[in-house]
Amino acid sequence: MREDSVSIGKSIVIKGDVSGCEDLTIEGQVEGRIQLRDHVLTVGPSAHVHAHVVAKSIVVVGQVTGNLTAYEKVDIRENGSVEGDVVAPRVAIADGAKFRGSIDMRPQDVSAATDGTVDGFKHDGKTPMPSGAPVSVGAD
Amino acid sequence: MLLSSRPGAQVLELGPAIGSNITFLGERFGCKIHVKDLYADLDRYANEAALHRLPEFLDGRFAEFGESIDAVLCWDVFDYLVPAAANVLAAALIQTLRPGGALLAFFGAGKLGEARYTRYLIEHGTHLRFRFSPGACCRQRVLENRDILRLFADLDLVDSVLLRSGVREVVFRKPGAH
Repeated sequence: MREDSVSIGKSIVIKGDVSGCEDLTIEGQVEGRIQLRDHVLTVGPSAHVHAHVVAKSIVVVGQVTGNLTAYEKVDIRENGSVEGDVVAPRVAIADGAKFRGSIDMRPQDVSAATDGTVDGFKHDGKTPMPSGAPVSVGAD
Repeated sequence: MLLSSRPGAQVLELGPAIGSNITFLGERFGCKIHVKDLYADLDRYANEAALHRLPEFLDGRFAEFGESIDAVLCWDVFDYLVPAAANVLAAALIQTLRPGGALLAFFGAGKLGEARYTRYLIEHGTHLRFRFSPGACCRQRVLENRDILRLFADLDLVDSVLLRSGVREVVFRKPGAH
């Protein structure tokens, strides 16, 4: 049975772009850009993500530095940490989560934030843009 | 109400991000919320025994906003600041407000020397519930009404209520267009 979800393990370090069409769970380190337009990104408890992320939904249990854009929801769980700007129609922040940045839940801003990323990502000046080769997740 | 009359209003939150507050401001009013959490900064400086450097840190802390903020939620952060830091913060916040923008603050929200923070939760859009969390920085002083007015002398006083608990709740507005 095939599961439409993959995982980046604790010992894995990726510097570059990650894109794909499956749900993704990160437990290791990712620096760069992550795009899962129709899927869910989960940043696991041991993960350190330094990236600009665009996804359908984003669940943060670990640490993220960078801007998050979601079409549906950003969910920062207890002990999750985000430093960056969040654009999503729904944002949930649990007790015990850490957040520093701005939150924009207006629908037009979600569109604007994602429209400009169809062929890539806008560089926000905060997120590092490493020169590593793109990494695809799943059957793209 | 200021926020309901301005879709997309920019709110500067000086406390931590609290889920119910974010939902209320973001989903109900469509506000853009900037979370700065000065209480976390207080903890950091207190743990480093560097509170004397707080005025330097606060100076220019909000310069990125220019004069664009519609509302500032200070909560009781001024209770934890020594006069030099309070003066710098007040000036910085006044600068960030657009003309007509509002500032909400509480004063005297706890005992002097108390090393815990009060978290304010907006409930049903009409009530505030509070709870406590441990903090590294103590309440420094309780400002008298005249001190509060002096601190925000460049703003118009809209409302000042002394609650039964002894907490003073104050709303200021920046003069100019509403």
